Amino acid sequence: MRGIISAAGYLPYWRLERSAIGAFHGGRGAGTRTVASYDEDTSTLAVEAGRLALASAPSGLEPETLWFATSTPTYAEKTNATIVHAALRLPSSTAAFDAGSAVRSGTGALRAALRSSEPAVLVVSSDIRTGPANSPDESAGGDAGAALVVGDESAGSVIAEYLGGASVTHEFLDRWRAPGEARTKSWEERFGETQYVALGQQAFADALKATGLVADDLDAVLVAGPHARANGAVAKKLGRPVGVTLSDTVGNVGAAEAALQLATWLETATPGQTVALVSLADGADVLVFRTTDAIGSFAATRSIAEQIEAGNSSLPYAKFLAWRGTLVPNPPNRPEPARSSASAAGRSIDWKFGFVGSRDRATGAVHLPPARVSFVGGNVDDMDPLPMADAKGTVVTFTIDRLAYSPSPPVIFAVVDFDGPDGTAGGRLPVEICDTTPDRIAVGDRVEMTFRRLNQSDGISNYFWKGRPIR
Amino acid sequence: MSSHGIKDRVAIVGMGCTPFREHWDKGTDDLMIDAAEETFKSAGIPKDDIDAFWFGTAQSAMSGVPMASALKLEGKPVSRVENFCATGSEALRQACYAVASGAYDTAMALGVEKVKDSGFQGLNAFPIPNDGTNRTLTAAAMFSLVLPAYAEKYGVDKDELRRTVARIASKNHHNGARNPRAMYRREMDVDAICKMAAVAGQLSVMDCAGVADGSAAAIVCRAEDAHRYTDKPLYVKALSFVAGNGSGLIDSSYDYTTFRECEAAGLDAYAQAGITDPLNQLAMAEVHDCFTPTEMVLMEDLGFSKRGEAWKDINAGVFDLGGQLPVNPDGGLKSFGHPVGASGLRMIFEAWLQLRGEAPEDRQIATADRGLALTHNLGGYPGEMVSFVGIYGSQLG
Repeated sequence: MRGIISAAGYLPYWRLERSAIGAFHGGRGAGTRTVASYDEDTSTLAVEAGRLALASAPSGLEPETLWFATSTPTYAEKTNATIVHAALRLPSSTAAFDAGSAVRSGTGALRAALRSSEPAVLVVSSDIRTGPANSPDESAGGDAGAALVVGDESAGSVIAEYLGGASVTHEFLDRWRAPGEARTKSWEERFGETQYVALGQQAFADALKATGLVADDLDAVLVAGPHARANGAVAKKLGRPVGVTLSDTVGNVGAAEAALQLATWLETATPGQTVALVSLADGADVLVFRTTDAIGSFAATRSIAEQIEAGNSSLPYAKFLAWRGTLVPNPPNRPEPARSSASAAGRSIDWKFGFVGSRDRATGAVHLPPARVSFVGGNVDDMDPLPMADAKGTVVTFTIDRLAYSPSPPVIFAVVDFDGPDGTAGGRLPVEICDTTPDRIAVGDRVEMTFRRLNQSDGISNYFWKGRPIR
Repeated sequence: MSSHGIKDRVAIVGMGCTPFREHWDKGTDDLMIDAAEETFKSAGIPKDDIDAFWFGTAQSAMSGVPMASALKLEGKPVSRVENFCATGSEALRQACYAVASGAYDTAMALGVEKVKDSGFQGLNAFPIPNDGTNRTLTAAAMFSLVLPAYAEKYGVDKDELRRTVARIASKNHHNGARNPRAMYRREMDVDAICKMAAVAGQLSVMDCAGVADGSAAAIVCRAEDAHRYTDKPLYVKALSFVAGNGSGLIDSSYDYTTFRECEAAGLDAYAQAGITDPLNQLAMAEVHDCFTPTEMVLMEDLGFSKRGEAWKDINAGVFDLGGQLPVNPDGGLKSFGHPVGASGLRMIFEAWLQLRGEAPEDRQIATADRGLALTHNLGGYPGEMVSFVGIYGSQLG
């Protein structure tokens, strides 16, 4: 049996009330969309989703391949999946590839994983959907990551078996964007809708044929794609209940939409339910799954439903615009950060990307970052690596820095004492705290670590870990 | 550890110090020339008779060449030294040891910083290529961590403590107002300081050192030769230096109410100088008030106040110009300004003036007859700093 072993979604903490867009430009808006913070990019969203999916997968699972799909990659030429690979501390034998930069790539990577013979494949997808101010994408889009561990029973219990599917490919212009541009342009809406209704119906019929099912066998359909009207029209034609609606709370998350819908549906699915995931992007792809008994014991590390509830919708529209670069506020009069050194970063890859410290074998003293000489007792080269990315910690003291350079001042900074493994002390590190506001932080607050992009310089995105309040 | 010191083996026989200002019209060379010329005159020694030079600058120049070039030194050894904000003190320390070793008869230590050419506010460190994981917090924010920690540990009301450190700024401005070389010469009252907007934690810009350009210098010789140059030399009683290993940042037992490096440097300096009761034996102290909470903690680290009581002593006026132990009678970093590489020598310049009775009348300390002055100069951050403590006396023995 092959299918989904683990599934997770990552929603950024911040939400934009669509009414805030309307209040500024004139007009109305209902619901919220998720907003990646200024220090998140599609790679960090993918990392957070991947962490959650692996945390719910059998421990020690090592995928043979990592696929990363997004329509807004941070790098061209350089692979972004290797950043995700490093932050997830996957073995070097795990191959890591980017899947295109089209919305369809998210479903394409999932399809490839399902049809592969490798015991386990990790498929992560993410997107940050913006567009110009007051554009449809700004309002209807959302930012998120999704991750699916795909494999067969040898790697872990399959919670949703892949029954088969079908794809239809068709070249036509509905939406397009030149690399580097913010604005996605689109052809007349009705043209795309007409195309997608036909493509969706054909792929759906082919998928039923391939799986030997009839439409009534399906408990739900999930319809994903960048064309909202087409999604609705296709769903209506298919005549089955729509399993997931995220448009009011999350927004359409582009290349991650199909996987996020599937992960959301799986959170409440019961054994023996059948679902067709229909993805409408430059053609149509349909993947059919049936949940197994194992879904009953599958527990999301942090459910998407929980994350929808935990969002903070107080984000001012002006800040949203600044974070996305639509509005360029005056920066603090401090030097901009220098680019990080490739060779220095290469030497500290476990620390920088994996947040792995070291622990003195003799004294237990924890060193963040890892050190060769112990600050307790002075032992040399007698330490074990200590992965701390999943450690929790407590704020000992904190400060708000209104002078330091930041893409979104002020900087909230805390001295954090970490819990070590098995009740030991986990050491201390002064860290930047994200996803909060200066009035919300207090001594004694509990924090966890999250992978972020600290800054960019010379086109280099500088990644490291920050603390985030546990919610 | 053996720290024997060089008590009474080396004397300071000449000093100079430029005004600390936004010297838009003076470059690093001009500042060095001004400070050096004043110092040569002060000691009555022409530059060619100085055997060796120690040139302290944090980031205004590299190597000994800029100093040799500015002063047109001929065939002289010039060592550029750098040790964060304690760079000026480090230059003096090296010059003193060189003379004490017998390698040279005379040496000059000069510190300079041209801060205001960067185009940015505040002090900004040179970027050394790194893996991008280093903190980018400002020094103000790092030192602002002291106040809540201290309030918590000693049960002091946060607002009262905020007023206490504002009182430090107010005191230093009072002193600086009486110092023609100081950058900020306006008195500031505690209420006005407390009303200013916070920039880091509870600290406002009025809790931060002034950012200035400037230079200061000293000439040292063997103690037995001192009276060839001046009737009133300052004898070097102690020179102590500690470079912290940064463990405070990662050590969960560190509580941000003390600077271990400063305490250690102070104890070492007192041992070298034979001081047992600094509060009553010292005539004055110049300490590194880069931010107001720093000065408060230093009163305890240097043994002037008991642990947890510096805030009371500050409020009682113990460290005022007319107090039991005047601290920063020249206005300190706060009011005099902080050209990084020059500050350590600027502190000693105040000891030079006060112990020789040459400070302007309106800031002359009443305790000068105790004959001993301390300078304390740090660089870095709580948990990760260097600290210098020097002690100088007007008499041998």
